Amino acid sequence: MTLELTGASRRDLLKASVVGGGLVLSFSIAAKAEAAAGAGAQALNAYVRVAPDGIVTIMGKNPEIGQGIKTSLPMIIAEELDVAWENVRIEQADCDPKLYGRQFAGGSLATPMNWDDLRKVGAVARAMLVNAAATAWNCPSGECKTDAGHVIHVSTGRKATYGALAGQCAGIPTPDPKTVPLKDPKAYKIIGKAKPQYDTAKIVTGQPLFGIDVKVPGMLYATYEKAPVFGAKVASANLDAARAVKGVKKAFIVEGGTDLSGLLPGVAVVGDSWWAARKGRNALATTWADHPTSKQNSTDFDKRAVELNAGAPMTSLRKDGDVDAALAGAAHKVEAAYAYPFLSHAPLEPQNTTAQFKDGKLEIWAPSQNPEPGRQLCAKTLGIKPEDITVHMTRCGGGFGRRLSNDYMVEAAWIARETGAPVKLLWTREDDMHHDFYRPAGYHFFKGGVDDKGNLVAWQNHFVTFGEGDKVASSAGMGGTEFPSRFVPNCKIDQSTIPLGVPTGPMRAPGSNALAFVNQSFIDELAHAAGADPLAFRMKLLGDKPMVGEGPSGYNAARMKGVLAAVEQMSGWKDRAKLPQGSGMGVAFHYSHAGYFAEVVQAAVSKDGAIKVQQVWIAADVGRQIVNPAGAMNQVQGAALEGISHALYQKITIKNGAASPSNFAEYRLLKMADAPPVEVKFVITDYPPTGLGEPALPPVIPALCNAIFAATGKRIRSLPIDVKQLKT
Amino acid sequence: MTFKLNVNGKVMEADVDPDTPLLWTLRDALGITGPKFGCGIGACGACTVHIDGKPVRSCTRPVSSVGAGAITTIEAMEHHPIGKKVQAAWMDLDVAQCGYCQPGQIMAATALLAEKPKPTDADIDAAMTNICRCATYTRIRAAIKQASGQKVKA
Repeated sequence: MTLELTGASRRDLLKASVVGGGLVLSFSIAAKAEAAAGAGAQALNAYVRVAPDGIVTIMGKNPEIGQGIKTSLPMIIAEELDVAWENVRIEQADCDPKLYGRQFAGGSLATPMNWDDLRKVGAVARAMLVNAAATAWNCPSGECKTDAGHVIHVSTGRKATYGALAGQCAGIPTPDPKTVPLKDPKAYKIIGKAKPQYDTAKIVTGQPLFGIDVKVPGMLYATYEKAPVFGAKVASANLDAARAVKGVKKAFIVEGGTDLSGLLPGVAVVGDSWWAARKGRNALATTWADHPTSKQNSTDFDKRAVELNAGAPMTSLRKDGDVDAALAGAAHKVEAAYAYPFLSHAPLEPQNTTAQFKDGKLEIWAPSQNPEPGRQLCAKTLGIKPEDITVHMTRCGGGFGRRLSNDYMVEAAWIARETGAPVKLLWTREDDMHHDFYRPAGYHFFKGGVDDKGNLVAWQNHFVTFGEGDKVASSAGMGGTEFPSRFVPNCKIDQSTIPLGVPTGPMRAPGSNALAFVNQSFIDELAHAAGADPLAFRMKLLGDKPMVGEGPSGYNAARMKGVLAAVEQMSGWKDRAKLPQGSGMGVAFHYSHAGYFAEVVQAAVSKDGAIKVQQVWIAADVGRQIVNPAGAMNQVQGAALEGISHALYQKITIKNGAASPSNFAEYRLLKMADAPPVEVKFVITDYPPTGLGEPALPPVIPALCNAIFAATGKRIRSLPIDVKQLKT
Repeated sequence: MTFKLNVNGKVMEADVDPDTPLLWTLRDALGITGPKFGCGIGACGACTVHIDGKPVRSCTRPVSSVGAGAITTIEAMEHHPIGKKVQAAWMDLDVAQCGYCQPGQIMAATALLAEKPKPTDADIDAAMTNICRCATYTRIRAAIKQASGQKVKA
């Protein structure tokens, strides 16, 4: 941690930059922090202001995408500030990294990156209030304690509210965040207690919270048509026909660029209602210039992967021991090819942004998971300064990684400037599904061997992914430490790539959401080949060393064994032979985003191949503290059900360079009738708390596929699951 | 063209084309943004409103076909005898994640309870076909049970 004194700055701020885990958080502790000041309320720092009536307003720094962060990060501050939760109000912060450090929703990183710093934010504010009271009472601050929004002089019982004291903090020296005392976790009154989402009342009454609900005076509505083939230019568009539609105000071609994550070529239609703009768009009859990506097809990728596997791999990711010799000497050998498809994120709120360009300055209201890069993209594309752009963060109707890209934001900014009026750009569902940054497809060609004692002795994986040579497409890579490497003495992992003109990107548990499927399924094949209990086989594979590797790629085998043992108990794994015919249990585990997860699925398969997922059990280890148990449970259950949805239904196919299907009629999402109960147990271990948005997802897919094998004897090696294959 | 609509107990006028879906009439012409846009083909249910008490996916329902039907949106549910219980259960169980689909889910659940005051799991499966992309189905089911006065499995 480094601390930096900036002296008498414009705002008379003391800026503390805390560096750790990749974070640069600057929290500004000021007598008068303009950013946070409200009517009658006193700002204690950029996050906290206290009103005379004792109501404390805390800023929610990160984008809310349904992960509950607008509630859980302020809970951390409120705990150390020592206020009653019912007196806390939360406000969504604007995008302002100078005040709040990095503001994004990704990588399940918000809790680990903010845990220490936000506790200090609360503790520093509390210490200021204590010091203000001690000054007023002319006593040492050590004689005072706090309780639920009050400072109390312990020996005399003298008491003052935070509301009364806040105005007296102006001349008080700011306590040092490095040494400010933090609470003993045993004394927590807010952290670790289930708190409903702060906005729950607004959600259930349908109040405007989301990007799509933004309204600016004089606002027009826009739609933007882009080529089905990513990046193709406009050849022709009947702009006059669009302009002739009632309510259409403008129709124009946008030249755009070639960066697939920036402003792409297209046609904008702006109207006095979104429906008018859409009708105008329908009249465009746009044609598109030819583009090399139009020659790309999923069927060709499938063939190319097989061809590449037959040749020498392009890149070696790992080589331990001698796989060929180990396979030759193995008692049990398995060879199998696995594949998974491209996926679309499909957040339920289609991409949108409202933008206003006035006097050279841009104001944006956007449901983005990653707003600062959006600001930079807008600045670069429009040729204006980043500091002339204000970005307001709205609630996001789902994110799942899709809103880490800001293509919709730059489109709205451009269209608003060209239109000369505030504009709300809204995509159709079809736009959203045709212009995603897809979870990349992938292919794995495995060979594995088990010795006569049930030890996994050989593991070979030729991974065929997308990219150019050694360089892989976004979220299409695999590390050489991916499990079970380092746990198998003879291990060879290679990689080859197929060039791709389709944009890819991170999707909830990127990499892991596919790699867990292939690795944990193939491990299951090897366990069955050796005649072993698949859970006991995994326990043995995890070995006797508690920690394998170190630093960011270290793997805590002891923690994984802990959750595996827990899920064995929860699921009644040992009694699975008693399940009726056609039912089975499967197990899998996966480490990602610093979380250790082991999961068991019970599924039944009927004679026509129909799958009924009956129950999921999850044991999760994310360290010593669950910040908000209500939200945590919801995240884990939702992630598991999302994984089941991937496994059962979802696939994006590339045909002539374009993505299909285009809407929920064919791109199915899990519904109520198919959603099994999900039982969750948090295994508490003495490690720093880590995030929960993602790591529950990956293991459920192989656990389901392994359950189907237990039920039917049929191995799922390709997703989504083909029920025709399961007919008996 | 001007349409006189009966929305949440008030007569409102909207000047829109006859083919404009009810969803966009409510959202853009009348400023009622509780009903959400998710798919535009009636597949996800985020746009669900009631017309004469029945759940309707307003994104595929042309405004010209609504006539004198009584339109009720999420904004009026706090005055609806069943709707307010459903909202209370949703809050009590902290159902939402992103929350985008929940107005539609609440409208569908309220219509279900109006028809079947004590729905079984099978009734819930059949009636609740709205998509929740965050997959909060466990809590939606529990909230419907709670709102109907049935025991909720922990």
